[in-house]
Amino acid sequence: MKLNRRDFLGAAGATAATAAAPMVFAAGHGTPRVVVVGGGAGGATAARYIAKDSKGAVNVTLIEPTRAYYTCFFSNLYIGGFRQIDDLGHSYGKLAMQGVNVVHDWAVGVDRDAKTVALAGGGSVPYDKLILSPGIDFVDGAVPGWDLSAQNAMPHAYKAGSQTELLRSQVLAMPQGGTFAMVAPPNPFRCPPGPYERVSMVAHLLKANNPTAKIIVADPKDKFSKMGLFQEGWENHYGGMIDWIGSDFGGGNVSVDPGAMTVTIDGEETKVDACNVIPAMKAGMIAHQADVTDGNWAPVNAADMSTKADPDIYVLGDSSAQGDMPKSGFSANSQAKVCANAVRGALTGSKVFPAKFSNTCWSLIDTNDGVKVGATYEATPDKIAKVDGFISKTGESADVRKATFEESEGWYAGITADIFG
Amino acid sequence: MFRIFGRREVFRAEREAAMHISSFLFVIVLGLSAAVADAEQIGDPDNGARVFKACQSCHEVGAGATNRIGPDLNGIFGRRAGSQAGFSYSKSMLRAGSDELIWTWATLDSFLENPKNLVSKSRMSFAGLKDAGDRADVLAYLRIYSDDPANIPEAEPTAKATDHDLDPAILAIKGDPEYGEYLSTECTTCHQIDGSYDGIPSITQWPAEDFVAAMHAYKRKVRPHPVMQMMAGRLSADEIAALAAYFETIE
Repeated sequence: MKLNRRDFLGAAGATAATAAAPMVFAAGHGTPRVVVVGGGAGGATAARYIAKDSKGAVNVTLIEPTRAYYTCFFSNLYIGGFRQIDDLGHSYGKLAMQGVNVVHDWAVGVDRDAKTVALAGGGSVPYDKLILSPGIDFVDGAVPGWDLSAQNAMPHAYKAGSQTELLRSQVLAMPQGGTFAMVAPPNPFRCPPGPYERVSMVAHLLKANNPTAKIIVADPKDKFSKMGLFQEGWENHYGGMIDWIGSDFGGGNVSVDPGAMTVTIDGEETKVDACNVIPAMKAGMIAHQADVTDGNWAPVNAADMSTKADPDIYVLGDSSAQGDMPKSGFSANSQAKVCANAVRGALTGSKVFPAKFSNTCWSLIDTNDGVKVGATYEATPDKIAKVDGFISKTGESADVRKATFEESEGWYAGITADIFG
Repeated sequence: MFRIFGRREVFRAEREAAMHISSFLFVIVLGLSAAVADAEQIGDPDNGARVFKACQSCHEVGAGATNRIGPDLNGIFGRRAGSQAGFSYSKSMLRAGSDELIWTWATLDSFLENPKNLVSKSRMSFAGLKDAGDRADVLAYLRIYSDDPANIPEAEPTAKATDHDLDPAILAIKGDPEYGEYLSTECTTCHQIDGSYDGIPSITQWPAEDFVAAMHAYKRKVRPHPVMQMMAGRLSADEIAALAAYFETIE
């Protein structure tokens, strides 16, 4: 994270807001209160837009434990060496400057009758509307042999930051000719092209430092996002290095031993030198504690992202079960703006416009070889439904792929400005 | 009936004709028409030559043409935008090229109608030819100096698109800036609201008419770019007007 003077002043403002927060809660004035839990692509966007557009008519509190947010999107580019880790970090100072009351704490419970959110640090925050955007947690026991206590031996690196740094360092420490394994997740999961972009970035790193190394991917699925594009790229750039084992060949029958550093795929045990375990996922903890989930995810109404369980609780992004949109930062950001418009309208009477959603996911396969897939969506009574879409084509020219990568860099700058101010 | 030339032969002959003998040019043009008697005539190249005088202060075409203020236009049909060797293009034109804008009858027609339909920050400071007949004529004239002119007009690059002149009624729609502000939140996921450029162009402070022209060109899929064609494709004329009204106000 780069702090310039304005950022620094903003961060100081955020700290001041933390200290002042309990007084605001105690005051209980007549201004409607929105509480947002989770400061990622969904939550920070929703908080920022409601605060910005309501111009003080809504009191917006964002609860987020970390002072600096590391984006999961583009974290694979850090693994490949195309970004520095600091490039992925964003502070909440600008949100504070735009009127969001930023509280750095964990939300540990929701009392739906009293309409309060309990904080790990003590006390609780009252709300009129509660927006939950907690991202993902992992399903216990999804990969036999692995649990969170093994995340240092076999990182998931699916929440960006220290885990991402750890995984990259483990790839760089592999012996010449060593083996990298990935255990890929079942659907649905955060960032459908993410594991495969990661495989590409690990291969890029190994090609430069350890060209005789091997990559094994154990996948419980028989197909994945942008599969044709990735497989074409793997053949072109990393011929022979990557062995993708889909469900047909037992890719879903996997266990790991983090102590012995072995991975067993369909009964065959392999000694590995680095291993990235990406387990099955579920909605972030607070969504389950609020009891707005049904199974692993929180069902929502497409028109405004309110939960089926409680009209005053909204769930954005990865944690929601909304229909056709992929779980991505872009999707969460898109859903947040629809939700912000609806929540502000409900609390202040401002005009509510019809929901429109969109998503585009760029992936980098190798230097200047970018690909993308995207779609637009609309709200139907049943779900968020796909309207139209596109995908990069195999065999595109190097110029087109380079332009696609440069576009993704522009998108990163754009969306992080849209999320964090 | 006049002799029917092979493609290469016609091109070479045309270069010579343009250099030396204007009456011979006339013969060749008639020859071309004869070669494609079943197909539609795209325009009158003689009148096109007269219309082209408005372009000559910047562009050359024909034998010995070189890049001037604008790139030379020999071989323009079928060429990728921003790809003429030795010419220094605007960033906007280079982007159009990497988005795979290819100069065909349809794209040139749209560009000549209003350069900002397709290349919003083009350095070509030209108000546009509003008369569809003049555009067809000047394209018929330029067509003489492109490779493979014998295929006029049954196939690309000279196959005619449907008429895509922007209806003046569309340009006259008064947009609702409040609705535009809401709709703009889809744009600002990629385009930065403060106008910064990091790989995706700025869309703030555009004249509303340029904005509307560009969005409708994406919507009609005349202007290339898969994301923008998709995003514009589902916006109504009223919604595009609303966005234009809002973005015009951003500082």
